[in-house]
This record gives sequence, C-alpha cells and structure tokens, in this order.
Amino acid sequence: MDFLSVSNVHHTYFSKEAATEALQNINLTINKGEFVSFIGPSGCGKTTLLSIIAGLFKPTSGSITIESQDVYNNAELSIGYMLQQDYLFPWKTIEENITLGLKLLNKEKESFQSVASRLLNDVGLPSVEKKYPRELSGGMRQRVALARTLAVDPKILLLDEPFSALDYLSKLKLEDLVSLMLKEYGKTAILVTHDLGEAIAMSDRIFLFSPRPGRLYQTFVVPEELRRLTPFEARSHSSYSSLFQIIWKELEGLEHQQST
Amino acid sequence: MNTNNLHEQFKQSLVKEKRWIRFYQLLIIIAFFSLWEIASSLRWIDPLIFSSPSKVFNLFIDNISDGTLFIHIGYTLFETVLGFIIGTLLGTILAAILWWSPILSKVLDPYLVILNAMPKVALGPILIVAMGPGMNSIITMGAIISVIISTIVIYTSFRNVDANYLKVLQTFNATRLQMFKEAILPASFPTIISTLKVNVGLAWVGVIVGEFLVSSQGLGYLIIYGFQVFNFNLVLMSLLIIAIFATIMYQLVEMLEKWLIKSE
Repeated sequence: MDFLSVSNVHHTYFSKEAATEALQNINLTINKGEFVSFIGPSGCGKTTLLSIIAGLFKPTSGSITIESQDVYNNAELSIGYMLQQDYLFPWKTIEENITLGLKLLNKEKESFQSVASRLLNDVGLPSVEKKYPRELSGGMRQRVALARTLAVDPKILLLDEPFSALDYLSKLKLEDLVSLMLKEYGKTAILVTHDLGEAIAMSDRIFLFSPRPGRLYQTFVVPEELRRLTPFEARSHSSYSSLFQIIWKELEGLEHQQST
Repeated sequence: MNTNNLHEQFKQSLVKEKRWIRFYQLLIIIAFFSLWEIASSLRWIDPLIFSSPSKVFNLFIDNISDGTLFIHIGYTLFETVLGFIIGTLLGTILAAILWWSPILSKVLDPYLVILNAMPKVALGPILIVAMGPGMNSIITMGAIISVIISTIVIYTSFRNVDANYLKVLQTFNATRLQMFKEAILPASFPTIISTLKVNVGLAWVGVIVGEFLVSSQGLGYLIIYGFQVFNFNLVLMSLLIIAIFATIMYQLVEMLEKWLIKSE
C-alpha cells in the first residue's frame, strides 16, 4: 500500500497573457518513512508540485492522496511545510511560535509548554522558549521552524529548499539534524532543492524533473550504504561522487536540451 | 581604560549637544513671544488684530479663575479624542472587511478614491442637519475626516503582509479569521499606530470646523465667537491652547507607539 500517491497530475497556471503548463502527467508514489527529493532545472514545476501535495491549491486535473485520503481541503490531514526562510512570527515568543499549529488545531492548552520544551530540546535549543525570533541566529530560527512543523505531528513533511538561505556550516549541521529527527520520528518527507549534493546526501530516492512543461524525467535510487550514513558522512563516501556524476550528466543534458 | 575614557568623552559631547539644542529651542520661543509683545506695544503690528502675549495671558488667567475655560477645553478635548478613536477604529474595521472580501474591495475601489479626494468638512452642514446641532455631529466630523484615509492606508498594509506567513498558517488549516488574528492584524500594528498619529491632527481639524459651524461650547466656538465680537485676544488664546493640547495628544500617541514596539 502506497503512503502517498500522485496520479495523472496536470497543472496549468492562467494569467491574462498566457496559460502556462507547469506540470504534465505526473505519476509517482512514496512509501511510509521514505525521504525523497525533487530536483531539476528551474521551471520544472517542483515547487508547484510540492504546493499541490501540501493541499495549498488544487491541480488542474489528477489526484493526490495520502493514505487514500485526498489532500486538498482536508482538515483532518496535517502536513508540515518548511519554507526557504523560517517565517517565524516576530511578535510571538519562540514557544508561541512552536505551538501555533496546536493552537489553530484547538489542542489542549495545558500540553503546549511541555510540547514546546521537548521539541526545543530535540532540535538542540533548550531554554529559548521566552525569547523572540530576532534574538536567534538564522540557523537557530530554522531549527525552531522545524520544531514548529513537527509540533502538530504531521503525516508528511514538505521541505521547500529550507537550507538554501543559510550559510554553509549551518546548512550542513541542519541537514544532519533534520535527517536525524525525521528518522527518530519516523516521518515521510519530500525535499525540494536545487542542490544536487544535498539531495543525494539526504534522500532514499531522487526524482529528476524536466522543465517546460514539468515532467518526471527520471528516478534514482540512492544506494543503501549512503542512506545509512548521516548527510555529512555521506558526502565523503565513494558512492556519493559516482551518483553525483550520473545525475549531474542527466541534469546537464536537460539544460542542454533546453538551450537548443 | 582608555576606551572607557573615550566613551565618557563621547557621552559628554552628546549631553553637551543636547543642551545646546534645548537652549536654541528655548531661545526661539522666548524671542517669538518677546518680539510679539514688543511689536504690539510699539504698534509695529495692529494690537487689535494681533493682540499681545500679555493680553492673552491676562485673559487666560481671567477665564481660568471663573472656570469657564476648563469647560470649553473639556468639550473640545472629549470630542477630539472620541473622534480620532472612532475614526481609526472604523478605518481598521473597514480595512478588515475589504481584506476579507477581495471582490468587495475591487468593487469599492473607485468609491474609496472619490471619498478620499472629497473634502470631508464640506459634509458638515449635512451632518448637522441630519444629526442635530450638538456634540454628536461634531464627533462625527472628527471621525469622518480620518476614516477613509485610515481605511486605505491600513488596507494597503494588510495586503502587504508577506504571503508566506499565510502559507504557514494555511498548512495548519487556519481559517480566514485565524489568519487575520494571527498574522494580518499583528503585522499591521505599526501602520495602525502611525495612522493614529496622522489622525490626531485630522481629528482636531474636524472638531474645530464642526464647532465653527454649530457649537455653543468648545475652543472652536471661542475662536468663532471671538471673531464675531472682534475679540482677537480670545481667538489667539484659543489657538495657543489648541496648539498645546494637540501637541500633548501627539506625544501621548508617540509614547503608546514606543511602548507597543518595545513589548513586541
């Protein structure tokens, strides 16, 4: 039984000037607990697909289900979404930010404090509950955003280039943390990224999309020996560079096609 | 040690600069009133029209001792405070309604432009006839003058809230009301406070014009009465009192702003 299934998804953006086909006939399935990445040149519709999976809008046609439930406008289905930037609310304390999802879902208030401090401990930021986002560094804020996403115990985590705005060191650290946390919590996750290395280091499978219109071009399975390692360790493993070369060639081919 | 010294020196130079600024500010006001007094007593200007500080002050003392001035100040102050609070509140509520319904905001857009361009004080006579010649119509004048511009400014701020905050809320299945409460409104507090500052000034205009038209009490009434009986001491005294209280109100709003931003 597939955990997430995307079947026959087409999406077209309409504007006054033109109708732009963003996604064409996308079919894919993801298993429970799997970590997959969407990569591809810009304009390949990977972020569009992620937004559709998040239920933010409806595809022009096709369906997306998680455990056989439709994702669009489904109040029972909780989905965690992490963006390029943390988007913590500056007027709320860290604790209020983390428990925002719980508050909106009308969970009992008594549990909020313990949930917040447990999650902050897990992401390695104990005792910042009463601080405000501006008092934390970019990397710390993105960790708080991870805690906020996990607080509602989402079925699936959608990561929209969450490491791209960070400096290299924070990025490497956060990759390890996210990977560890997702394994610990047994979460399924989809990462959208333009960083091929990041995709290989973190994922179990990689979906490569081709642009204009966005189509699923090829799927790569990351070898078992890389999956067992943390993203940081994986980067220095020998099969990392060989997989990198293979996917890199495909990516280059795609960009070459585009320019001719 | 050396850095400490330099820091002390720097702080002292700041204090010194501030003292000089205060000195010049005081100098200007003293020069203004002295010049006014001298010009009036030497008849460089017509004392009948331009009065003089001493006459204004004497009148001020008289009016305070018989207690009538407090009643007038009280009236105008009450009308102004109420007018600008109602104006800002109503503006915020209207902005919220426009944000709530994008279609409605598109439909109403040209009418907002027209209403904003129209001089609201021109509505005075209609208001007075409709609501009766009393405090109600004056407060309405104070409010109406700031409502439309507040609506436009606050609505623009609502719309400029980063859509990604809403995206975060949407993934938590937030309703539109929750989005408004958690993101739109708090993100726009600084804008709402700054419209308060503008509205303080506008409300004074509305209330004074309203009192010109109808009232038998208040500082606007004193001005128009002084004008009718050609008592310009009274006109200038009222003007000075208005200047002082408008400044105080503005400062209060500024304090509120500082306090709100600090607690944020």
